[in-house]
Amino acid sequence: MGAGHAHKLYRHGHSPVHDLPPHCKLVAVLCFVVVVVSTPREAVWAFALYAALLAGVAATARIPAGFLLKRLVIEVPFVAFALLMPFVVPGEQTELLGVPVSVPGLWGAWNVLAKGTLGVGASVLLASTTELRSLLLGLQRLRLPPLLVQIASFMIRYGDVITDELRRMSIARRSRGFEARGVRHWGVLAKTMGALFIRSYERGERVHLAMVSRGYTGSMPVIDEVTASRTQWAYASVLPVLALAVCLLGWTV
Amino acid sequence: MHVPDGFINAPVSAVAGVVAAGAVAVSLRGARRELDERTAPLAGLVAAFVFAVQMLNFPVAAGTSGHLLGGALAAILVGPYTGVLCIAVVLLMQGILFADGGLTALGVNISVMGVVTVVVAYGLFRGLTSVLPRTRRSTTAAAFVAALVSVPAAAVAFTLLYAIGGTTDVPLGKVLTAMVGVHVLIGIGEAAITALTVGAVLAVRPDLVHGSRGLAAPLKLRVDGELVDAPAAAPAPAAPRSTRKVWAAGLVAALLLAGFVSFYASADPDGLEKVAADQGIDEKVEEHGAADSPLADYGVKDVENARISGGLAGVIGVGVTVVVGSGVFWAVRRRRTREASGTTTGTRSD
Amino acid sequence: MSLPTAPAPSLEVSGLAYAYPDGHQALFGVDLTVARGERVAVLGPNGAGKTTLVLHLNGILDAGAGTVRVAGLPVEKRHLAEIRRRVGIVFQDPDDQLFMPTVREDVAFGPAAAGLRGAELEERVMTALKQVGMEAYATRPPHHLSFGQRRRVAVATVLAMEPEILVLDEPSSNLDPASRRELADILRSLDVTVLMVTHDLPYALELCPRAVILSDGVIAADDRTQDLLCDDELMREHRLELPFGFDPRSVVVPLT
Repeated sequence: MGAGHAHKLYRHGHSPVHDLPPHCKLVAVLCFVVVVVSTPREAVWAFALYAALLAGVAATARIPAGFLLKRLVIEVPFVAFALLMPFVVPGEQTELLGVPVSVPGLWGAWNVLAKGTLGVGASVLLASTTELRSLLLGLQRLRLPPLLVQIASFMIRYGDVITDELRRMSIARRSRGFEARGVRHWGVLAKTMGALFIRSYERGERVHLAMVSRGYTGSMPVIDEVTASRTQWAYASVLPVLALAVCLLGWTV
Repeated sequence: MHVPDGFINAPVSAVAGVVAAGAVAVSLRGARRELDERTAPLAGLVAAFVFAVQMLNFPVAAGTSGHLLGGALAAILVGPYTGVLCIAVVLLMQGILFADGGLTALGVNISVMGVVTVVVAYGLFRGLTSVLPRTRRSTTAAAFVAALVSVPAAAVAFTLLYAIGGTTDVPLGKVLTAMVGVHVLIGIGEAAITALTVGAVLAVRPDLVHGSRGLAAPLKLRVDGELVDAPAAAPAPAAPRSTRKVWAAGLVAALLLAGFVSFYASADPDGLEKVAADQGIDEKVEEHGAADSPLADYGVKDVENARISGGLAGVIGVGVTVVVGSGVFWAVRRRRTREASGTTTGTRSD
Repeated sequence: MSLPTAPAPSLEVSGLAYAYPDGHQALFGVDLTVARGERVAVLGPNGAGKTTLVLHLNGILDAGAGTVRVAGLPVEKRHLAEIRRRVGIVFQDPDDQLFMPTVREDVAFGPAAAGLRGAELEERVMTALKQVGMEAYATRPPHHLSFGQRRRVAVATVLAMEPEILVLDEPSSNLDPASRRELADILRSLDVTVLMVTHDLPYALELCPRAVILSDGVIAADDRTQDLLCDDELMREHRLELPFGFDPRSVVVPLT
């Protein structure tokens, strides 16, 4: 859960994948994940093909495998959850390395692991080939309510600022010999968070003043519009369309 | 608990998506009413705050740590509408940027972690504050209970979704037991940190705590009207009563929740296995030479017997509630006394 | 310093008083006139009401009593959009001011809010960025810039609106000496009226021929900057202190 948030997300580069308009990529990834999720779990080979498709995209985008794999650790908590399933799900039992496990449980674990991993892989590819800013523009283009996009944009703009404040406060705490070791120290951490909240809120008020001073009246002026040509849409649709073909095969075979 | 893709089946995910979209739409409207044109910068900054706070790990016990989910905290500090928006935006960004939580499960995640947590926490908080005497202490206590209940409530909501659309047929009782059991523990941490944080904000800028706006107004008026130490003196006699009442309420809530877990554990002998597997998972995995489990973050380590492990969760739950609860009141009382003797002109100009 | 008589002064504040909603009164009748093209420093101790005064200049706070006029236009609800275009405020923390994801969008925010679009908008943005020497950073996110660079971009965000008067709140705070000098060069090169709120007395002396002292919510003194800084008693009375070793008498003020 908390892991991996500090990673550098975007990998700068110029590849056909990088150059696609953000909203095309968002739609493509979403469709891909929907297709993956609706594939029957028994079609094991289909998931191998999906993985191959993603690997193809990664190769086109020139994202090294190591970078991708490192980002996959985000799903570790659920890997653990999936590993439980063979032991708790009732049903037909079988032996694996001398341990009794349930067959439906194994299928369940496989299902969660395969689909979850593919979903994470697709999202990671999206985030590492699309700049934050264009992601927001893409969301805006996809008709996400403008207020929501604004909130997201402020969150991203000030995420670093606030995390920095948090880090400075933590350094200040430690410089005075404080080390959080257990429940006893929750009070101190909570005070930190209280102070952080007040700082964040007051900064919000100041940002609002700065915006009003420059003519803000409740809606963001449109400065950039992202557009996509028919070719770009076609290009972006390659991944979900191929996946759909695999999925349909998976249902029929 | 960010649900990944493939955990909940497509139709239920879609329905959850519609529910989440509806809730966000209502919240957009409500937040506009609460904050008007300040919505975007303020909600954005609070979302950034929630995001940062989720990165702040607090140590639980030797070597393990957890982090805040923030739903209850956001609801109490900035109000339910803005709270839902903040959590929804945080989850959206986590899903898209960090692949934390699946894209198809976004609706599930927002419904469970955003809407349920915020609604339960805020409803409970308002309910409690209207019953309890209007003091900072009871506000803090109400925040504690609200956060404590909100986390298992989210777990129950998740179980419900899983019951309808889970992709694997795990017996419901087991899922519920495991989810609620684990989340009562998480909830206690969440509750303590939330209450302490709300307390810390109340001490410095009570006007910023949305849930206690009514509380701030009379305090300020009295500061202007009479002697400056009047507000501190007035609620003092009422304090012991309120403390005891809230303390009792917290204890009852914790006992109920713990009892809930134990009930399921004993009613369904197989269910024990789940709790055991959940909480003793590292033990089992270690036996077979596999790696350490991250679930140990919230689990009870090295418990040999399933029954003991199950019961332990409940006992620890109540025990920690009592200890932390008393700690909260102790801390609050200390601050209050310090305040009464120290600061005199407590009004802010901006 | 003789004031030019023909055009309306850039800023005309008369009898301005203000109390915050909680009863705390910050301004007790401020009178201040700034002629077009002038550079004036507002000096004063902490809590003198400097920031409160600044927030009145573009109508974020409504005057309790008295009036504010910008280039002859009274600061009122119905003129607010025009007033906010004419008064460019550079706030103390550039992080508060730079709220958009990239430098370019941030500089474009003001003019775009005023209705500018397309090539005209783009040109306005680049001109403003060139004025502060930051045109190479247009596509960068603000939080990847150094503090001095962020302050310069903050100035550009305001310049892009082609304001009548530039109001700077503590422009030199947190700047290293090189950034400080660069900002001074930029401010000197601009052809606008400047009102600079500051504690930094040498900076005020360097940039502003005229200074006023705001103390206890009123203008306590209004004179040539050098004369004010040399008046030891006045300075002491208003908690203004020169940095160690700095002698305003020995400084040759650049002619502007």
